[in-house]
Amino acid sequence: MVASVKKRRLGRPVSIVGAGMSHFGAFRGKTSRDLFVEAFQDLMDNLDQGIDVEDIECGYVGNYSSELFEGQGHTAPIIADWVGMTPAPVTRIENACASSGSALREGVMAIASGMYDVVLVGGVEKMTGLPTEGVTDVLATAADVLYEVPAGLTFPGIFGALAKAHMDRYETNLDHLLKVGIKNHNNGALNPKAQFNVTIRQIMERRQARAEQRGETVPDWKDELDFLNDPASNPWIAWPLRLFDCAPITDGASCLLLVSADIARNFTEKPVQIAGMGQASGRPLHDAEELTSLSAAKHAAAQAYQMAGITPQDVQVAEVHDCFTIAEIIATEDLGFFEPGEGPRAVDEGRTALTGDRPINTSGGLKSKGHPVGASGVAQVIEVFHQLRGEADARQLSNPNLEVGLTHNVGGTGGTCVVTILRRG
Amino acid sequence: MADEPREFNAASFYTYLREGRLMGIRCRDCAHLSAVPRPLCPACHSRKVEWHQFSGKGQLSTFTCISIVPVAMGEQGYGRDNPYCSGVVTLEEGPRISARLLGVDASNPQNIQTGIAVVLELENLDQDQPTLAFHPA
Ligand SMILES: [Zn+2]
Repeated sequence: MVASVKKRRLGRPVSIVGAGMSHFGAFRGKTSRDLFVEAFQDLMDNLDQGIDVEDIECGYVGNYSSELFEGQGHTAPIIADWVGMTPAPVTRIENACASSGSALREGVMAIASGMYDVVLVGGVEKMTGLPTEGVTDVLATAADVLYEVPAGLTFPGIFGALAKAHMDRYETNLDHLLKVGIKNHNNGALNPKAQFNVTIRQIMERRQARAEQRGETVPDWKDELDFLNDPASNPWIAWPLRLFDCAPITDGASCLLLVSADIARNFTEKPVQIAGMGQASGRPLHDAEELTSLSAAKHAAAQAYQMAGITPQDVQVAEVHDCFTIAEIIATEDLGFFEPGEGPRAVDEGRTALTGDRPINTSGGLKSKGHPVGASGVAQVIEVFHQLRGEADARQLSNPNLEVGLTHNVGGTGGTCVVTILRRG
Repeated sequence: MADEPREFNAASFYTYLREGRLMGIRCRDCAHLSAVPRPLCPACHSRKVEWHQFSGKGQLSTFTCISIVPVAMGEQGYGRDNPYCSGVVTLEEGPRISARLLGVDASNPQNIQTGIAVVLELENLDQDQPTLAFHPA
């Protein structure tokens, strides 16, 4: 943990009163604007008390790279037009995979400043228009293109190097990584909007059934770990990371309606407050303080805990940035949920499962829910919003006293991290 | 000190590399070393940085073997059946840098050990697109 940070506070309290999300997946023919409209309609349909779009005063949209993915720049005004917000000011925020975490932060500050009362924040990414190699290239531009990319490092490659360092330093092994994926798929199977709303066991059993149907040799995997340890079903991407250690390539959008807390009850009886916020920058892996941690996450977390006046032990539910399985383990250590090196054991003991004492990524995480990079930060907040309001359906945590949740949204390989703490009421 | 004034940037870094030298910076105010040249000292923010030649000897701190490759590496023949190794090298002078690791069997990463001594690889350097690479000492 970072020792001390300056105490900061919002100029006035800000509440989340509504949330909307598109389905996450691969949608041929759908562009960013279509995806965002789907999320926006979901928000409007599910607002407890409706709102006229003309009453939304301003917007911030997280988007990483519509230029490279879709050949479309200047995305924000198009989205504003498509949802009916023109001529309201709408600004695109780019911080790689933390784009919408940062967009949320900008929206909160816009209200806290006193300038606006009602603000839309969200994120969107259309990724599946490119082949995997093309997506790999686009994602690599979030790393240092002068010194990391020429060294052959890809986005999974940098997290692979982090994983190797973690395995060298602690007792982390490949099975720990796979168990994170199994856990997140178990949660995502309960999320109808998830790209892969299916457990790893179901994926395994479907493949066995298909082989049997085709009269092929049926693989005799005895459980999920056995299936995931088979290089035929789970090929290497960037050793020690395999396919099922990586979040998928996803199309999707997410949005939230933020309002000044003093008018929150005009919109819903169950607002969720922004209790704390932190954002920090970090350096490339080769210039990082440690090879087993993301310093930006520690700084952002310290800021958010300070603002909220809580400690890591007070967090009851968290969505963390599992772009790769190792990233979830490191996140739970950087956030102070577990001591450095203790993250893997917590996974082994089931502590981060839906039924554990420290549930992580109840939505399925980026791994199972999907990772449309610019939309992920706000999508994380949407899950915690639903958990705190008791409306997470089959994923709803059994704890009847859920009050405090946290999201951890990483940009690139740790160049940015945004941590947001939410409190019911 | 460098023989001639060169800007503290990536173009100069790769020009030096073509000439067979691994050149970073040293801060004249706080003596901080950085393998990546930059005009401001990353430790104390001083503008008084000077070129510093690194020995090219170091230790492999962490690595990965990449099977899903960027387009440019695919064009060089790397891919699912022919992964390559990249990682982070800690130079004997202290700073770290990202680099390719040549002379190892990237298809069997379990046989590659972190902590091994590595040296700057200058043979077969692509003069058009030089890549920082090391190989086991
Ligand atoms: Zn200095």
